[in-house]
Amino acid sequence: MTITAEAPAPVPVFDDETDRKLCIICSKGSLDMAYPGLVLANAALGEGIETHLFFTFWGFDMINKKRMDHLKFTPVGNPATHMPQMIMGLPGMTAFASHMMRKQIEDLAIPEVPEFLQMISDAGGHLWACRMSADMMHIDEEDLDEHVEGIISATDFMELSEGAQLLFI
Amino acid sequence: MTVATIGDRQVSVDAEGFMTNPDEWDEQLATSLAQQIGLTLEDGHWKAIRFAREDYAASGETPTLRRMATAGGVATKEMFALFPKKPAKKMSYVAGLPKPHGCV
Repeated sequence: MTITAEAPAPVPVFDDETDRKLCIICSKGSLDMAYPGLVLANAALGEGIETHLFFTFWGFDMINKKRMDHLKFTPVGNPATHMPQMIMGLPGMTAFASHMMRKQIEDLAIPEVPEFLQMISDAGGHLWACRMSADMMHIDEEDLDEHVEGIISATDFMELSEGAQLLFI
Repeated sequence: MTVATIGDRQVSVDAEGFMTNPDEWDEQLATSLAQQIGLTLEDGHWKAIRFAREDYAASGETPTLRRMATAGGVATKEMFALFPKKPAKKMSYVAGLPKPHGCV
């Protein structure tokens, strides 16, 4: 497209009326696996995309008030750390690795999990907890972060996610 | 990059219409840019725009929504109310800044 000096500038298409919808299933409770879902949900909301997060199994640690502040990263069994596994299994290594990762996240000005959930909620995102996981772990809504809208069944989630793009993390 | 007209001004823009030279921007131009995307600028918008401009001048980066909330004092909910649906992009457009590059 050639635009001359006299031509009006193009106006970006912000496409307010998108019907795009994204559902992210968060099934992991480790520090490193908590962030992909949170970051993508936040990005989706910033694009005006209807976004739902569904927390299941170990993903409950992300929304469990007692645990969400203490998620851990372990280098054991993770070849991507490029460190000798014999050493990674020594006592204290998980605490050390978690501390280092937390610091790296903080250095990038990325919020901790509870604040991230608040941010997603403020941006209009929806948080849901899995009924079966809640029953297995004897957890009810009082144990969960205040931004979780409800504990729902697998069938409820199927209805909720109709027509959505799905991500399983 | 192309020179094109916004309101009664000649400015440099990219293919989408975002201004590419922040120095060509002023508050009068912001009003024209806002009109193009259906916004009427009020006090809340100006607070956000002025902070974004200052922050860009200081850091060379357009602030993300997170930075707008933590450093700029404009809460995320407020940003969505002021610049509906795509707050970071719309604010950048009106403020004559590039879209934010940060993920969060």
